[in-house]
Amino acid sequence: MSFTLLLIQTLNGLQLGVLLFLIAAGLTLVFGVMDFINLAHGVQYMLGAYLAVAFYGIVDNFFIALVLALLASLAFGLLLEFLVFRHLYGRDHLDQLMATFGIILFLNHGVRELWGAAPLSLPVPDALSGAVRLMPGMLYPVWRIVIIAAGFGVAAGLYLLVTYTRIGMLVRAGASNARMVSALGVNIELLFMIVFGFGTMLAGFSGIMIAPILSVEPGMGDNILILAFVVIVIGGIGSIRGAFIAALMIGLVDTLGRSFSVDILRLVMAPSPARMVGPAIASMLIYVLMAVVLYVRPSGLFPARGR
Amino acid sequence: MSNGLAEPVLRLEGLSKNFGSLVVTDNVTLDIVPSELHAIIGPNGAGKTTLINQLSGLITPDAGRIIFAGADVTHLPPNLRALRGLSRSFQITSILSGFSVLENVALAVQARMGSSFRFFGRAAKEKALNDPAMDVLERTGMAHRAHADANALSHGEKRALELAIALAMQPKLLLLDEPMAGIGPEETDKQVELLRALKGQMTMILVEHDMTAVFALADRISVLVRGSIVKTGLPVEVRADPQVVTAYLGEEME
Amino acid sequence: MSGATITASQTVPAPRLAREIIRPALIFIALALVPLLAKLLSAQYLLDLGSRVMIFAVAAVALDLIVGYCGLVSLGHAGFIGLGAYAVGILSAEGFGDALISLPVAVGASMLFALATGLICLRTRGVYFIMITLAFGQMIYFIATSLALYGGDNGLTIASRNTIVGLPLIKTDLALYYMIFLFLLGTYLFCRALVSSRFGRVLRGGKVNAIRISTIGFDIKRYQLVAYVISGGLAGLSGFLLANSTEFVSPAYMSWQRSGELIVMVIFGGVGTLDGAIIGSAAYLLSEAWLSGLIENWKVVFGPILVMVVLFARGGLIGISAKLWRPQS
Repeated sequence: MSFTLLLIQTLNGLQLGVLLFLIAAGLTLVFGVMDFINLAHGVQYMLGAYLAVAFYGIVDNFFIALVLALLASLAFGLLLEFLVFRHLYGRDHLDQLMATFGIILFLNHGVRELWGAAPLSLPVPDALSGAVRLMPGMLYPVWRIVIIAAGFGVAAGLYLLVTYTRIGMLVRAGASNARMVSALGVNIELLFMIVFGFGTMLAGFSGIMIAPILSVEPGMGDNILILAFVVIVIGGIGSIRGAFIAALMIGLVDTLGRSFSVDILRLVMAPSPARMVGPAIASMLIYVLMAVVLYVRPSGLFPARGR
Repeated sequence: MSNGLAEPVLRLEGLSKNFGSLVVTDNVTLDIVPSELHAIIGPNGAGKTTLINQLSGLITPDAGRIIFAGADVTHLPPNLRALRGLSRSFQITSILSGFSVLENVALAVQARMGSSFRFFGRAAKEKALNDPAMDVLERTGMAHRAHADANALSHGEKRALELAIALAMQPKLLLLDEPMAGIGPEETDKQVELLRALKGQMTMILVEHDMTAVFALADRISVLVRGSIVKTGLPVEVRADPQVVTAYLGEEME
Repeated sequence: MSGATITASQTVPAPRLAREIIRPALIFIALALVPLLAKLLSAQYLLDLGSRVMIFAVAAVALDLIVGYCGLVSLGHAGFIGLGAYAVGILSAEGFGDALISLPVAVGASMLFALATGLICLRTRGVYFIMITLAFGQMIYFIATSLALYGGDNGLTIASRNTIVGLPLIKTDLALYYMIFLFLLGTYLFCRALVSSRFGRVLRGGKVNAIRISTIGFDIKRYQLVAYVISGGLAGLSGFLLANSTEFVSPAYMSWQRSGELIVMVIFGGVGTLDGAIIGSAAYLLSEAWLSGLIENWKVVFGPILVMVVLFARGGLIGISAKLWRPQS
């Protein structure tokens, strides 16, 4: 276990963390403001990646593809909201689970139909490719730094938006008590649509940003969805601040856990069982963390709604 | 049964509750005497329902003690207080929809009887539960609606069911949170008669806005203003108190 | 003051009782006749499909018990199925191939896990509850993948089906089919009795108005915990049946997608009806079998079907049939 490796994995953990934050932010807002459990958020992330690949194939420029894919993501998200989701606000969570589960099936297999099951890739823009020397003997990919920077940037922007603008105030109020906001005469339908569209864009954005690093394939959103839910539950539903803190926490715990679980276990057991048990424990780590947090704080760390 | 020297059924000592910087219950100290009907009145926002919620255990006070029948129940959960004989009705009707009127009351009977971990036998048909439930329904004038769905009742009937459920628990202390809320004059008279018939059989705390009912029923009245009790006394004393009149500026007291 | 003018124990109006008996009777008669149908059509796969429907129906009924009657949405129930299945697999690998051992262990282990996790899960509500059940399901899943000794990710083949008291009674698919049938019938009848019992009434009341139930004198969490443990045990039974049927166990049996499918089955059929769970299992698995024969990428079609069921068919299939049967209800 070298210091360099520790540093690299810490940075990787931060990168995963900001990625999770971008996805979780939309999820927690939609849940907080509309009380809507959106399992389909993961496929929106996947769709962003696929759209970026598709547009890149046409325009051959990463940044143009990024913008187009974002807009297309937003459009598709709003379409889904209009056709399906808005009829489910106020319905049982159970119904929302099944409907969004259906959307997952539809999109996961839809992209398989359109683009095939083989993983696709999106190249990093030339200017931001390659690696940078952070320390003697330590190279770190530029793109990953871009992701971390973009993530923090979006987080800062979201914070300013939510804290200092009128719409942000309405969102915070809505997350705390949507009926009250509606009773005050605010066009709640429009607010919901804005929140949902924004969340979709964030998910799509993270999909686009991660596409150059991971492979773009059907079902890539499923596991990240679970992580995102763990994030918002630990952070507290409806809280952007909670999502940020929880996302970084999860990103670091998961990444560092996976890298060093075997090494840490080797301190207390023989190499062979350590190598066997280590990965399993690493995978479970975040769930154990969530269980512990929920045991102590049944509503997460910073729930938007009181109690 | 001696009154003044008996152990109070309920003793509140320095009860306080804040929601953030808002003081909702301000150092409330009060004794409720056995068999009395004690009314709590006060302007809107005085904190009456919050007080009742603390008494029944739905809210935990920040400071102070609640002593019920000699035991400190301040931190006891609602179900255990209920089993000790503290029963309440809700201001906003809180019945079990989807169940019949009879089942609503039978469930309260079932709670009192214990042994609810029975996995077999149709509970809805048990005579041991339904008979006492029907008795309570007769006393509250709801027997003719025993098999109606609780949802299908009129507002006044729901309030009567609310009371029936509370009575089925055979309470030592009955907390009534605005039982006359939203019902018309005829049904109010019926409720008043019902409560008058119950007077003496159990101790009751009545939170109410309807002053006619309050002065018809109360043995003593406490006035709650902005979370603290400004006056406790006999109805005639309370009526004449200038502080109370000020607190009720504009409200009819007759 | 007894002697009420209306008899307290009046019988439930007849039509409803008929529905409560006729519908399940039809279901079980249909299930009992499947092997006959398979023989007539010379379609062995119908027997397998029928077994599968019933195995998941046991789990779905168990899930409906807590979802439909307690209002607790568990997104980790496949974990209990997996526990039950792995109990059979591991015991078989270690030389204990008799149902007399593997059945109690399967159900017992599941109940213990349900008790331990239930104590934590029931401290939460709403979506937090959903997520923490998901978490525990994932935990069990990852533990299974790490069991290198028992196949790990690839799963474990079971040498042969359980013997019953030493006799190879379920060696044939037909015999297994009827054993599963009996277990489903037993599970169903047990749950039916449970929900109309004193215990079940407290649960149902708690689902409708938890505050009222607690101020009447019930510690609703305690009742929900017992229901959760029973539900977990029955799902473990489903796993026992699954392992014996497929003679194979794998972590895939407990993925969160499987838990999601169980929820879909319950909703599809009609939440809170118990019959609906069986119907939902049949509808889901039959759709899967039929659609996959028509279109290779059948889930592209199935997804929107689920969405439309949610939007337009509230109360699932049972809800639809009730509206057709009694348009004025």
